[in-house]
Amino acid sequence: MISRRICRLGVRGVDNLASLGRAGGVLFGALFAKPDLRKGLPLLIKQIYGVGYLSLLIIIVSGLFIGMVLGLQGYTILIKYGAEASLGPMVSLSLVREMGPVIAALLFASRAGSALTAEIGLMKATEQLSAMEMIAVDPLRRVVAPRFLAGVITMPLLAAIFSAVGVLGGYLVGVEWLGSDSGQFWSSMQSAVDWREDVLNGVIKSVVFGIVVTWIAVFRGYDAQPTSEGISRATTLTVVHSSLAVLSLDFVLTTLMFGEIS
Amino acid sequence: METRTIEFGVGLFMLAGLAALVVLAFQVSNITTLSNSNDSYTLVASFDNVGGLKVRSPVKVGGVLVGRVREIGLDDTMQPQVTLAINSQFSAFPSETSASIQTAGLLGEQFISLTPGGDEKILKDGDRLQDTQSAIVLEELVGKFLFNNDSKKSQ
Repeated sequence: MISRRICRLGVRGVDNLASLGRAGGVLFGALFAKPDLRKGLPLLIKQIYGVGYLSLLIIIVSGLFIGMVLGLQGYTILIKYGAEASLGPMVSLSLVREMGPVIAALLFASRAGSALTAEIGLMKATEQLSAMEMIAVDPLRRVVAPRFLAGVITMPLLAAIFSAVGVLGGYLVGVEWLGSDSGQFWSSMQSAVDWREDVLNGVIKSVVFGIVVTWIAVFRGYDAQPTSEGISRATTLTVVHSSLAVLSLDFVLTTLMFGEIS
Repeated sequence: METRTIEFGVGLFMLAGLAALVVLAFQVSNITTLSNSNDSYTLVASFDNVGGLKVRSPVKVGGVLVGRVREIGLDDTMQPQVTLAINSQFSAFPSETSASIQTAGLLGEQFISLTPGGDEKILKDGDRLQDTQSAIVLEELVGKFLFNNDSKKSQ
């Protein structure tokens, strides 16, 4: 009984390792597929449209609301200490450093990542990928590579839009509604936020999240069981795994970037 | 979907993303504050104690920002020495100018306050400020106060 369980554990470990290996293969194939600009660019643009442009609405609306909540919460706490001048730095730093990249990546995983997985998974289930291989078209290059690139390109832009809209939301609540001073809001923000330390590190974070989330999404679709159940499982795994990866990687990146206590 | 609509949408999206980055750079983080580029000159000042002064701390004259701290180190006599980068549009400091380390508010960040003197000679790049006043360390003040009280009691 026990030996059987140990045996099963071992099988699972080997399975996981093998799927990691296949994921590496997919990434390698997508990255080092020889790019063909004339044919590849229209494919890429179509994917950026699906992954980026169509995600704009959810990113803008949630960014606005997150910023408004930050403004409201920050104001009610800071006003107790008479420090509502620090509202601008609080809203902008938390958005630019953490909220922007992380929440945009989570939204991206559930809005665009799941769609990528389902699309590629259905292509596999209906044997479109095998058909491509039959006519000597590399599906990694034709299907996976443009989707991967589109994800990596759009993620930092989406995160930047999220942060900018969020700061606007904080401004609307903190200044326009609750009446803290507008000049103080912007000037204390500008003196507290450093371009390289804060904004650029946030952009680096969102690039990393973009790579991880799209990699997971694309691989889960490519590796899905070619059944309807397998596709639904793959879509679930995409959202679960990429959310976990984003949150844990965020901690690691934060320790590397902002960890040193001055 | 028409290819043209898609291309238009993608263009719009890219533009919005880049615009957001520009907003973050200029409106949120103010990339253009007195940078340590070539349009500044340096002054040197030695202090007994620099307290919590940091690189990039502001240098002010009567509350007006004129530059930033570029470097903090020790001079030849092992005294704390601060190098100030002053914006070159403020180039007429007399040689009697004094520097003191002050604190914004009770617990705020520390900055260097310059007080121009009345001398005719004007400080040039790399000159040393002679008249300096160190940071006030709150703990030391409290310690002195307690010590004074004790000695008064014992008398």
